Amino acid sequence: MIRVEHLIKNYGPRVAVADVTFDVDKGEVLGFLGPNGAGKTTTMRILTGYLPPSGGRAEVAGFDVATQSLQARANIGYLPETVPLYPDMSVRSYLDFMGKIKGVKDRRREVDRAMEKSRIAHRASDQIGKLSKGLRQRVGLAQALLGDPPVLILDEPTSGLDPKQIIETRNLIKSLGGEHTVILSTHILPEVAATCSRIVIISNGRVVAEDTPENLDRRLKGAESIAVMVRGPRDQVTKALKGVPRVLSVQMEGDAHTANGLATFTVQSEVGADIREALAKAVVNGGFGLMELRPAHLSLEEIFLQLTTTDAQLEEAGA
Amino acid sequence: MRNVWAVATRELRSYFLSPLAYVVIALFLALAGYLFALILANGREASLRGLVQNVSVLYLFIVPAISMRLLAEEQRTGTVELLLTNPVQEWEIVTGKFLASIMLVLVMLALTLLYPLFLYVFGSPDSGPIITGYLGIFLQAAAFLSVGLWASSMTQNQIVAAIVAFAFLLILWLSDNLGQFLGGTIGSIVSYTSVINHFQSFPQGVIQSNDVIYYLTLVLAGIVLSTLSLQSRRYR
Repeated sequence: MIRVEHLIKNYGPRVAVADVTFDVDKGEVLGFLGPNGAGKTTTMRILTGYLPPSGGRAEVAGFDVATQSLQARANIGYLPETVPLYPDMSVRSYLDFMGKIKGVKDRRREVDRAMEKSRIAHRASDQIGKLSKGLRQRVGLAQALLGDPPVLILDEPTSGLDPKQIIETRNLIKSLGGEHTVILSTHILPEVAATCSRIVIISNGRVVAEDTPENLDRRLKGAESIAVMVRGPRDQVTKALKGVPRVLSVQMEGDAHTANGLATFTVQSEVGADIREALAKAVVNGGFGLMELRPAHLSLEEIFLQLTTTDAQLEEAGA
Repeated sequence: MRNVWAVATRELRSYFLSPLAYVVIALFLALAGYLFALILANGREASLRGLVQNVSVLYLFIVPAISMRLLAEEQRTGTVELLLTNPVQEWEIVTGKFLASIMLVLVMLALTLLYPLFLYVFGSPDSGPIITGYLGIFLQAAAFLSVGLWASSMTQNQIVAAIVAFAFLLILWLSDNLGQFLGGTIGSIVSYTSVINHFQSFPQGVIQSNDVIYYLTLVLAGIVLSTLSLQSRRYR
């Protein structure tokens, strides 16, 4: 449903998105996680056609966001980070206007449905400027749901909400999966754990990890991983590495270095086991060329640390 | 076109939800009424010529007040991002905004129809010059609003938009002086850009194609430049 390939965005000399690649399948809720300033909003602005990419490409519902922007946009409901509303309008007239812009059919009923779904129907005739932050967020969400778009892109939909509202919003987002394809950006870890089926973590404009919440958790808490770059036949190297005591799994990473017989393997070991020496020995004894050996995903751990500590009290609140 | 109209009607409604429209219209009517009465009392002539020739000065102050928020406000609050991430194009937003401001001015000018009504009640004015006079001040409003729209597209700050619009309009007034100073072909080209040379014939009952083209060119230029200015985010 959403395909992002080697996306790059520069603002002059500043690189906002360095190289982002990921896919989102139909009906999936993808958590787009990263510290503030990692490039989340920029990526979303590219996906929604607001900014053109400097390099790479992105596709939404089969339409290229750069060359078939209007068709792509027609398939997206977008909630920007700073929920943009017209404060002098009433909730209903604002949604009616957005419905017109989106070309929604049977507008009156559709506005009702969106208001119902985001629990703002009881304030339909109130002026937006007089609503609280949480209610405004709901109006923004209702706007994104108008016309039942197949793709929803939500940029920090829970920022500034109180814990109760956060939980309500999360439940709503969770219920949208299956029917809609959702990208949810956030810098709060418990948020994605609670709502998403898959997580992409970006930092400094690059994807540093992509997995299910459970796997990521396990990778961080239950195991330590080491990247080994080796020259040699892949099967034999894998076998040799697996033979090292206390190794849990061996995975070959991509096919980036296959050109001259080099390959990078990620070796996971039990917690607390320093297997670097044993690994080196296994590679050398096997007659392969050891090119590099380093602890992997250290940056990921750092990011997680940053993410988990920013909102400890939220976790308590019920995520 | 559907989007243009949606943007235009929303903006027009927004004008009348804020005090701005009422303040601007009231001020305009007060000043125009004052001028009308004064000119009528002095000249004792059943025509709108004097008023029409002076409306241009009122526009210098009124138009920036109308146009300042059009695009600046949307850019400040981020609603422009909302519009442009929906299937809406830049020119549709710009044109819609322009139409909204034009409709506001039409309301404003419609209220001044009271003046010719007075003339018809108490005298027998020549209808031709009145009609062409109105056409003239309408075209001029459109041209000025388009310039103001461009000023508004370049900033997020309404005050800056108003000041820039005022400066542009003032330049359109004063470029005639520069043209006369320069003389020759260049001088007459510069003079042509001055609005002073394009509102004199209308109240005399004459529609000159050269004047109409001048105003329509300004309208088109303002819309195109505003569109480019909204698109410029893409190249930053």
